[in-house]
Amino acid sequence: MTSPIEGVMDKVKTWARVNSPWAIHFNSGSCNGCDIEILATLTPRYDVERFGIKLQGSPRHADVLICTGPVTLQARDRLVRIYEQMPEPKFVVAVGSCGISGGVFQGCYGVVGDIGDVIPVNVYVPGCPPRPEAIIYGVVQLLKSLQS
Amino acid sequence: MGSEKKPEKFVVSIGPQHPALKEPGHFEFGVEGEIVTSATARLGFVHRGMEKGTESRTWVQNLYLMERVCGICSHVHAMAYAQGVEKLAHVEVPPRARAIRELIAELERIHSHLLWLGVAAHEGGFDTLFMLSWRDRETVMDLLESITGNRVNYSANVLGGVKIDIDEAKISAIHKGMDFLEERTRHYMKVVTEDETFLGRTRNIGSMSLDLALRLGAVGPTARASGVTYDVRVDSPYAAYADFPIKVVTDTAGDLEARFVVRIKELYESFRVIRELIDHMPASELTTRIPRRMPEGEVVSRVEAPRGELFYYLKSNGSDMPERIKVRTPSLCNWGSVLSTAVGHKLADMPMILAGIDPCFSCNDRMVLVNQDNNLSTWSWEDLRQYGIEYYK
Repeated sequence: MTSPIEGVMDKVKTWARVNSPWAIHFNSGSCNGCDIEILATLTPRYDVERFGIKLQGSPRHADVLICTGPVTLQARDRLVRIYEQMPEPKFVVAVGSCGISGGVFQGCYGVVGDIGDVIPVNVYVPGCPPRPEAIIYGVVQLLKSLQS
Repeated sequence: MGSEKKPEKFVVSIGPQHPALKEPGHFEFGVEGEIVTSATARLGFVHRGMEKGTESRTWVQNLYLMERVCGICSHVHAMAYAQGVEKLAHVEVPPRARAIRELIAELERIHSHLLWLGVAAHEGGFDTLFMLSWRDRETVMDLLESITGNRVNYSANVLGGVKIDIDEAKISAIHKGMDFLEERTRHYMKVVTEDETFLGRTRNIGSMSLDLALRLGAVGPTARASGVTYDVRVDSPYAAYADFPIKVVTDTAGDLEARFVVRIKELYESFRVIRELIDHMPASELTTRIPRRMPEGEVVSRVEAPRGELFYYLKSNGSDMPERIKVRTPSLCNWGSVLSTAVGHKLADMPMILAGIDPCFSCNDRMVLVNQDNNLSTWSWEDLRQYGIEYYK
């Protein structure tokens, strides 16, 4: 049972969280295609900053981890470490077909698997690579699910 | 060591996750105060094992795998691979398909160079230029999308030709796009050569002499900015480059400013050759038939990627899968130039120097053995395995 004050505080927190999610981007073995599309979402035509979404440098400041690519043997530990460094509550968006299933890299010896095999994922954005609009839609879906 | 008095040295370690570059790479810069005294790179975070992966896929499937070696220069990878396979099968590609390959390759070069211009400016703290060049880059992304159906990983090649064609509507759209981009590029040329603040970050920074460039085996615009007159498109023309040639752009300064100037001048060349291509597009079929099983043999295929010479070695044993595919990508060849030119500069210049070669990790993360004593030796699978065990101990 939450007290009325806590209820109000939760509402304020959710409001703040939904309106200014800070994201961090990590490439765990992708071909770059998704990464340049994620970067394109920050540039004038798509401009996600108008939603309050900001790409952050440090995992300690971030709410959302935007992750691309299959997970390679070398990047697995780093991915887990970055995920653990993020403060609670944290959310993960996996961008691209490789993040969903390993994509075209399935079966290569350096690939551990998809992102969901290593860390919990909240939203998957399919595509090879997804269009910037799709990536924005994916993040908006995440924000909507936070609101409800 | 020990009681010896040595100047205090501090190692700044950056990565693998870092805000500057979008891909994982780990760097260690030894600094004395602000000045970098040593630089090492630890690569390999994106190593997926694609070369080995090709051996369990058919020749056709590999086309789509090789396209994803790098998402920024996906077309040149697919083109280099397709050209190699066509050489193996002794198949001649129709002239229109060759011209379309060159057209997409040059459009891709425009997208890649504009992307680089933005990223390099961002590393220098010049975010306005980053935003502007990426805004203009959307023009060429739209063109690529309207021609091929995808913004990145265009998948324009098939073995034996291309799967897309251009018509009058697309030709006029390309003309319009090129006119707009040419005007914008003239503006960028003015910015990178006249803006005092920006010149402070690029002029005489990361200079590499012609001798050093040759010794380190630098390739592409990085080498051409140091005066190396080498471009696969001219020295060994492929696709339609023999009929629609380009001029090699070089500079002699060898610093970061020269790398900006060379890449922007290459953009002018691309605009010119694209206009020529679409005005004189040869008429022919788009594909030729190609067998599913390649005859036994080995070939080498070279193309000029936006970052430099891209080299493919293909070996067939007569089956429907390759026996060995080796890829040598330009980014890896250029790392030596970064690590040696970094020494002596300020730590704050490191992002610019790193970005100066337009590094692309997804294609360069592979095992490299630097042969320092010129002894030719062969590494067996057992040797490699042992080395791996020792390395990770």
